[in-house]
Amino acid sequence: MPSLKDLKNRIESVKSTRKITKAMQMVAAAKLRRAQESAENARPYAERMEAVLGNLASGVANSPSAPRLLAGNGNSQTHLLVVATSERGLCGGFNSSIVKLAKIKVDSLLAEGKTVKILTIGKKGREQLKRTLGDNLIGHVDLSDVKRVGYGDAAAIAHDIINRFNADEFDVCSIFYSRFQNVITQVPTERQLIPAVFDSEESEGGSQYEYEPEEGAILADLLPRGLATHVFTALLENGASEQGARMSAMDNATRNAGEMIDKLTIQYNRSRQAAITTELIEIIAGAEAL
Amino acid sequence: MADTMQFDLVSPERKLASVAASQVQIPGMGGDLTAMPNHAPFLTTLRPGILRVVSGSETSEFVVTGGFAEVSPTAASILAEQAVPRSEVSAEMVGDLLSRAESELAEATDETKMAAGQKVRDVLALKGQLSL
Repeated sequence: MPSLKDLKNRIESVKSTRKITKAMQMVAAAKLRRAQESAENARPYAERMEAVLGNLASGVANSPSAPRLLAGNGNSQTHLLVVATSERGLCGGFNSSIVKLAKIKVDSLLAEGKTVKILTIGKKGREQLKRTLGDNLIGHVDLSDVKRVGYGDAAAIAHDIINRFNADEFDVCSIFYSRFQNVITQVPTERQLIPAVFDSEESEGGSQYEYEPEEGAILADLLPRGLATHVFTALLENGASEQGARMSAMDNATRNAGEMIDKLTIQYNRSRQAAITTELIEIIAGAEAL
Repeated sequence: MADTMQFDLVSPERKLASVAASQVQIPGMGGDLTAMPNHAPFLTTLRPGILRVVSGSETSEFVVTGGFAEVSPTAASILAEQAVPRSEVSAEMVGDLLSRAESELAEATDETKMAAGQKVRDVLALKGQLSL
């Protein structure tokens, strides 16, 4: 039976934990709003880019002159997995679920006898992957100094990926991140980057564009940008998901702390009452003995 | 005949402008062009330069660094890699752009040398236009 003093200390410590988790929840809520906003602001560009690229790509997809980024290099032996996670923890299962999805993919690829290389974005995913797949990690992008992910960061990552592709380091590239659905639900998602795929709904009415310079050249110019846009979208979605996950994790933690405090307080009051009762019995017993 | 068209300027990070415009001057890769309502569907990549939008009696100018423009009879959408209102452009930004273009040129292989050289010239021309 813990002493009254111990109980009091524990109650105090749980109370301060609750304060911290409550504060973190509120910070996450504020950041979530901002992250959602920037994800929304980025959407028109991404959608337009997607539409134009899809349009262009469907035109040249089957011609032999299709750019390598679109058609691939004809192999699918080496896979590069870009795993985007967060830089900070305390956000529930956010990082683990992305890593889990990536690991399933790695296992199935390895079972098929493919070579797997992994590029990580974000410290947390790297830590988790290092344990089992340390040899497969070929690079890491650190965004811990970046307060707000900008297009420049995404473009740099995309540039790196394309350079590796041109150096024939891999044949197929996909990115893993968490798509933000709402505060409670974040969906770990895989998206193939190279060769590029488009959810091409056949352009209705198909207004025929004139191109300047010609289609092939435009496509060659736009594909790297499309890749950067995909990476950027993934990072923004990830950012919003992270804050959402942290918010609900911290909400849970705050509630658990509250329950803990209630339980401890009852225990505290009971033991205090027990102590008083014992004392009274002792006094009465002493008086009767006289 | 409609005398305006929908003009959108978006960068990856946000939407910068969305107005009804009567004409839009676009710094296309193959030369400047002015899009007016009922322009034939047209798609071009951009070179670093000045984008000029006439909307009613107002003219606004943006400096764009690259991207592409999609023109249709009823709309002109500019997807710019980076776009800044002309009044906010600093010499520093252009200098930065220039040094980046130059380092690209230095790294360029034979195939990309032409494009990289053109980019340096475009940035220099832009610098001249802005009189910085």
